[in-house]
Amino acid sequence: MENLDWLIQGFGQAATPMNLLYAVIGVLLGTAVGVLPGIGPAMTVALLLPITYNVSPSAAFIMFAGIFYGGMYGGSTTSILLNTPGESSSVITAIEGNKMAKAGRAAQALATAAIGSFVAGAIGTLLLAAFAPVISRFAVTLGAPSYLAIMLLALVMVTAVLGSSKLRGAIALLLGLAIGIVGIDSLTGQPRATFGLPLLSDGIDIVVIAVAIFALGEALWVAAHLRRRPAEVIPVGRPWMSRHDFGRSWKPWLRGTAFGFPFGALPAGGAELPTFLSYVTEKKLSKHPEEFGHGAIEGVAGPEAANNASAAGTLVPMLSLGLPTNATAAVILAAFVSYGIQPGPTLFEKEPLLIWTLIASLFIGNFLLLVLNLPLAPLWAKLLRTPRPYLYAGILFFATLGALAVNVQWLDLALLLVFGLLGLMMRRFGLPVLPLIIGVILGPRIERQLRQSLQLGGGDWTSLFTEPVAIICYILIIVLLVTPLILRLFHRPEPDLVHASALEEHEEEQRVEKAGA
Amino acid sequence: MIVVGYSADRFGTAALEQGITEAKRRSTNLLVINATKGDALADPRFAQAEEVHDVEDRLNQCGVEFELAQPIGADAADELLKAMEHDDAELLVVGIRHRSPVGKLLLGSVAQQVLLECPKPVLAVKPNEP
Repeated sequence: MENLDWLIQGFGQAATPMNLLYAVIGVLLGTAVGVLPGIGPAMTVALLLPITYNVSPSAAFIMFAGIFYGGMYGGSTTSILLNTPGESSSVITAIEGNKMAKAGRAAQALATAAIGSFVAGAIGTLLLAAFAPVISRFAVTLGAPSYLAIMLLALVMVTAVLGSSKLRGAIALLLGLAIGIVGIDSLTGQPRATFGLPLLSDGIDIVVIAVAIFALGEALWVAAHLRRRPAEVIPVGRPWMSRHDFGRSWKPWLRGTAFGFPFGALPAGGAELPTFLSYVTEKKLSKHPEEFGHGAIEGVAGPEAANNASAAGTLVPMLSLGLPTNATAAVILAAFVSYGIQPGPTLFEKEPLLIWTLIASLFIGNFLLLVLNLPLAPLWAKLLRTPRPYLYAGILFFATLGALAVNVQWLDLALLLVFGLLGLMMRRFGLPVLPLIIGVILGPRIERQLRQSLQLGGGDWTSLFTEPVAIICYILIIVLLVTPLILRLFHRPEPDLVHASALEEHEEEQRVEKAGA
Repeated sequence: MIVVGYSADRFGTAALEQGITEAKRRSTNLLVINATKGDALADPRFAQAEEVHDVEDRLNQCGVEFELAQPIGADAADELLKAMEHDDAELLVVGIRHRSPVGKLLLGSVAQQVLLECPKPVLAVKPNEP
């Protein structure tokens, strides 16, 4: 009941005209960047981080929440109309969605995606409001060893479980951890990896890294691949669906939500797995299995609901534990830090109004998205005609401005360029960006928890294994790392068993990776 | 040789039809150019497979010797002007459309550029009002 009171207060805070305006801006911006492949919500939030210097925290988070959900919606539009997924989470949507559009059912595909996203977003946000405070209350009782273990588990899952290559994930993670080390050691006061530059002793600001990796890296990557054969955009009118389509969609929506939320809430996050599972399930349960591969509406409804529910799910570890598990959550967390708010289990106790305003604004943003997106779909499709030089010139401008605004020092601009080149190289060699950014954010916190645990335990390493939660986490880590190796030892993968759609997904994924999303 | 600046819309179709008429009248061949800069993700004026097929059908059917080119990466106006540099190129046919001043400022106008810069005759056609 206490939570409900807070939620109502949150709505009160979020529904002021000024905050509603921020919600609308966030939602529109989020959808726009979601529609454009390569530019995601993570990059947008990173570019907007400097506004946190002038705007109240609640307004900024309301806008970021809109961008977060909006990106999910926008991605599906591109998937359906262009067959180029705007986001990795809408890769699966493209399989059936684009087929539907080619068969002249683009309006229905967009409608089921939008309404499904709304349903999943609403349920997911409700679940978030129900679970996050509980988990947070439990997490407050955990000691440093457990917290350390949970963060390590998140790192391992993000690196080894998501993504196609463990080695590449590990390389990216290592880069992130190395960047996180730069600065003065908080315990001993020794400068680490500062290369004798006093300006580096405060560490490298996360804003600079995020902007460089997401915005500059992507802009350089696009500049290197600028001229391309234009893709075919399927023309579309206003999305709508018949009662029959609705009847075929509502169950996949609910099932997709059921897949998406738990996967999102796990410390590994990611929408790729639940969307794929939802697709396979719908294919199995469908009364029209023959339509799959030729544009089945269930194959759009399920995965779209799954990706939005998982987006809501990723906010559970973020708000209750301070654990970011996707790129956007990581950057939003950076925004918390820049407001001087310490993310972690105590967030619900220390900043209840802010958190509940954020949750309330998720409900509002989700509703706005439905209202805006159904009529605006043709306009979003037009956005794809923007010549990219204009687009990326703007992005570079804001990236530079943002990096300079952090501390107004020349070194940040130099770092922006260096890390921008790193971002380009990572895209060139297929390194995932997510482990790097999570490494930068979690690395210093892991170190702090590790040393705290060891200090409390008198330097005894066994003190790390004194709490049950910690032990469970370490066992999970071992299982996650060892199982694939054992499986590979005992039976070689049989190519015959690979599902056709799984292959398609893999190819699609590679295409997305190549596009640098 | 007649050069046609083709775009996958009614303006391009009007230019194509006029180009065919001119080619027949002068009993010469036809070069149809459908260029895109390729810097946007989608360019509705660039003919996709199906539209290319339609254009080829139309050209085959009219009996004029033709060539269809779809260069990517260059400015459409530059591509047309380059084609007109050929000695045997005698006429350029383009479709023209209404453009707002702001639209011209932002994106330029292919028709205006070729009309002003092409040293050879340029024929500007408008589609029938729908």
